[in-house]
Amino acid sequence: MSTLAEWRGRLSYQPLSLGVVALATSAALVVANQLTQPAIFAADERDLQTSLIEVLPEGFADNNLLKDTLTLTGDDGKPVIVYRARKAGTVTGAVFQNGARGYGGELIVLIGVDTKGTLLGARVIRHKETPGLGDKIELAKSKWIRDFEGKSLESPPPEKWAVKKDGGVFDQFAGATITPRAVVKAVKEGMTFYAAHRQEILEGK
Amino acid sequence: MSIDTRRIIKDGLWGNNIVFSQMLGMCPAMAVTTSGTNGLGMGLATTAVLVCANVIISSLRDFVSPQVRIPVFIVLIATLVTLVDMSLNAWMHDLYRVLGLFIALIVVNCAVLGRAESFASRNGVITSAIDGVGMGLGFTLALTAIGLIRELIGAGTLFSQASLLLGPKFAFLETTVVPDYGGVLMMILPPAGFLVLGLLLAAKQACERRAKEPSAPRAEAAIGCH
Repeated sequence: MSTLAEWRGRLSYQPLSLGVVALATSAALVVANQLTQPAIFAADERDLQTSLIEVLPEGFADNNLLKDTLTLTGDDGKPVIVYRARKAGTVTGAVFQNGARGYGGELIVLIGVDTKGTLLGARVIRHKETPGLGDKIELAKSKWIRDFEGKSLESPPPEKWAVKKDGGVFDQFAGATITPRAVVKAVKEGMTFYAAHRQEILEGK
Repeated sequence: MSIDTRRIIKDGLWGNNIVFSQMLGMCPAMAVTTSGTNGLGMGLATTAVLVCANVIISSLRDFVSPQVRIPVFIVLIATLVTLVDMSLNAWMHDLYRVLGLFIALIVVNCAVLGRAESFASRNGVITSAIDGVGMGLGFTLALTAIGLIRELIGAGTLFSQASLLLGPKFAFLETTVVPDYGGVLMMILPPAGFLVLGLLLAAKQACERRAKEPSAPRAEAAIGCH
């Protein structure tokens, strides 16, 4: 132990030990990343599959949505992956994501639409909103997100696609307006995107 | 040993409680405690990290020179939290969906660094693990208490959504104390975190003063607390 104490006192020991610790921890992180990445990827895919099915009514599709995708360019120039639902080979609807800036950063909404442009279901799949306030956009905490079901760009008309505070039809939460406003915006943008690309989505390869 | 263990645990739970005595870890204590369940989740996640960090740091304590100990501890703790985050995400994905929010916050919890510095770097591995358990449970207790008070006044419920965190078996914990309660929003917003913490601190002080009064005031048994 005395030799260790001697070593520890030397100037070169300190940067060296710091370097060794940094190297060892980085190596541990690299190994852990390699080990966990496939499992995380699989878990994310499973989550996506579950939520894709969740935004569609039961028995709406008989195909694997993850395998029937179409990549379009969104309004902001970023690619949007559209998952198509089919029944006996015919496209019956589509599911895609859209994001908007919430209170705590970007939130992502998954939107399911039928061929006529009626919203079948919406779910917030990722968000960083305030727990206890903004997180009522999750289905597990509130039924609010189901208000979107059955809506289309004709009913309510586009200008009514807003929270009640802004003259729209959707409820806001006590103490949290920015969060539902962002969700409504994301869904509305998604619906507009769908209306603009309907032909492509329904007929495209 | 057993007396020592009891003292360390008691210290963590009450005498040198992270939140109520050391006043560390204020960021998660304020931000997360909007409900009893959230407080409990954060507390348990922190306990796990505290125990692991204490064990690792106390087993490396002879190799770390005092001049570079702080960066070494920070790197070790941050790595540990990231590893926990990754492995939970990969292998316990359901739990991760509930706890994921809390885990990233543990990195900024100075209580973990505080224990590394003031306890684990000066004590043996087993003692440090016990200290981690005691401190972690004390932190859990404090967070759950703050969360429950805020939730009770703010939303009229106790442990709402506990089954999401602990599994369906714990659904019995979820109680609605006041049905059709309008809610006091302020209690769920950040200011109430300070308010409730202040009141609980005052209560603890009063409690300790009353306990001390009959006998002569004795020195605090705090370890490395400043």
